[in-house]
Amino acid sequence: MTTLVEGEAEDTAIPRSAPVIATTGLTKRFRSGQVAVDHIDLTVERGAVYGFLGPNGSGKTTTIRMLLGLIRPTDGAVSLLGDPVPGNEAHALAKVGALVEGPAFHPYLSGWANLRRLDRMDETADPATHEERLSNALARVGLTAAANKKFRQYSLGMKQRLGIAAALLQPRELLVLDEPTNGLDPQGTREVRHLIRELSDDGLTVFVSSHLLAEVEQICTHVGIMSVGKLVTQGTLDDLRRGGTTIVTVTTPATELARKTFATLGLADAAVSGDEVHASLGSIEPEAVTVALVNAGVPVRGLAVSKPALEDLFVEITGEGFDVAR
Amino acid sequence: MSLAEAVGHGVVVPRRHRGALGRQLRSELRLVFGRRRNLILLGALAAIPLAIGLAVKVSPPGGPGDGGGPQFLDRITGNGLFLVLTALLVTLNLFLPVVVGIIGADSVAGEAQAGTLRYLLGVPVRRGRLLLVKAVGIATYALAAVSTIAIVAAIAGVSLFGAGSFTLLGGQTVSPGEGLLRVLGVLIYVWLSLFGLLAVGLLISTLTEVPMGAMAGTLGFAVLSLVLDSIPQLHAIHGALVSHYWRTFGTLIRVGPDYGSLARHLLLQLAYVGIAGGLAWARFSDADVTS
Ligand SMILES: Nc1ncnc2c1ncn2[C@@H]1O[C@H](COP(=O)(O)OP(=O)(O)OP(=O)(O)O)[C@@H](O)[C@H]1O
Ligand SMILES: [Mg+2]
Repeated sequence: MTTLVEGEAEDTAIPRSAPVIATTGLTKRFRSGQVAVDHIDLTVERGAVYGFLGPNGSGKTTTIRMLLGLIRPTDGAVSLLGDPVPGNEAHALAKVGALVEGPAFHPYLSGWANLRRLDRMDETADPATHEERLSNALARVGLTAAANKKFRQYSLGMKQRLGIAAALLQPRELLVLDEPTNGLDPQGTREVRHLIRELSDDGLTVFVSSHLLAEVEQICTHVGIMSVGKLVTQGTLDDLRRGGTTIVTVTTPATELARKTFATLGLADAAVSGDEVHASLGSIEPEAVTVALVNAGVPVRGLAVSKPALEDLFVEITGEGFDVAR
Repeated sequence: MSLAEAVGHGVVVPRRHRGALGRQLRSELRLVFGRRRNLILLGALAAIPLAIGLAVKVSPPGGPGDGGGPQFLDRITGNGLFLVLTALLVTLNLFLPVVVGIIGADSVAGEAQAGTLRYLLGVPVRRGRLLLVKAVGIATYALAAVSTIAIVAAIAGVSLFGAGSFTLLGGQTVSPGEGLLRVLGVLIYVWLSLFGLLAVGLLISTLTEVPMGAMAGTLGFAVLSLVLDSIPQLHAIHGALVSHYWRTFGTLIRVGPDYGSLARHLLLQLAYVGIAGGLAWARFSDADVTS
């Protein structure tokens, strides 16, 4: 695929099982004295789609900047694709596509010219495939028609798409996306979701920070939640969900009878709202609930078992408050 | 084609492609010279020798030794090439430092403010390499600025006043060819005279995310140097000021140029490049990029 080789080919001998991102005690104290990131131990396994969540100001972007070598940790260490950062970030970053805190390009250059700029500055970019890679990247994010428009004239979503295109100029092993769907329309959001799935199927690892928990829920295999600079939870989405409560909801005209049946079964927090009655399922099987309702003569119009929404778990973990923590 | 086919299953082996530095430099020059504002700036510089030439045409000075106006002004009517020297002399004190300040401010602070710096570093472009590319960009623009002034001045001067034989300072007359060669030497020398300020501009650019601040800082540095240089009581430090030898290029069109002072000046500029460039590297190589 490449013709001219300069320097030695890089070793690919990093064990495939080694984490793609591993931080130990990673800490950033800004000059203002604020500890924006406080001793976090991130582990992102190869092939994972890792949702990096947390309220505004919880330290997500600061962490991402440290992962990419843009800012220096005050304490702790980062290993990115096996390379220490800072130290050998240039080696690792060639395999990383990143979108950090929104897209940023030269306003007076077209989308195409902006991508050309980044590609020309890349020592590992093959000049022979330059144009092809640019068109492919633009096509992937649906920007082909706007390639020659000035960046200044791009809409918010178009800017965001160009940022993603820049991350896809070269083959990657890891994508780090800081709020990639910010400002995108529903189609764009869906496209990004598909894109992430597709890339993940191709074997890429994706580290994505987002506030759209419904999105994260659909695409992520792993989740880490930040709160006030600390990584308060990390694990597979399924594990996280297991910690939450599953809710059973029955739709019926006989709400009072249904509520009593739930109580008799030992379901906690049974409550009526409209023509629905819901309760925590706990360890009881949904089948048992169905049988009990029918036996009690409850006219069942509908029965639903819902796993806890990520949003509820998120609020449970990071607190209800709307004000930023600091 | 999906990305995966190019990639293999999530495995990438990046290789450096030959000629990367050349591509990076061309990209930087394209960025600098592709920007409309920078071209307009060159146009504005071109207007300066035109204005001087026309003014001299309309009301010629009294002749050699008249004493009024900047050096060389009285010689323009004798040989149009002297307009180049006058124009460079006039622009060295303000316009050229402004230009260095503006382009220097764009180089790092401008990219920081636009946020493009974080994406360049993420490409990745090594920080030392980026500084080098930026320095070459500023220096090339400075060469373009000096050349624009010189070329426009030469064309305007020669077409307004002709270009007969060239009389050196000191009286000896040389061929038009040698005259042109000496003027070319002046152009290169004036360009090199800007290197110290250029390095200072790059340093200041790494210290801030506000290009206006970087530009003001660089210009302030030049002005301070000029002011200190004009205070006789500070004679002791004059030799270390970046602008001290700026106006010495006239020696290149003397009968016997003072090569000693030329060399001293170039060494001084080199020292500025070494110190300011070193500080810029020290600062930028582990600066937090938070923009
Ligand atoms: N350059 C800086 N200097 C001082 N403090 C900073 C700096 N950058 C960020 N902070 C602080 O660090 C904390 C974490 O900021 P960060 O941008 O990492 O949050 P975030 O999780 O990305 O938030 P959001 O969801 O709003 O993007 C915030 O309190 C912020 O004020
Ligand atoms: Mg953020």
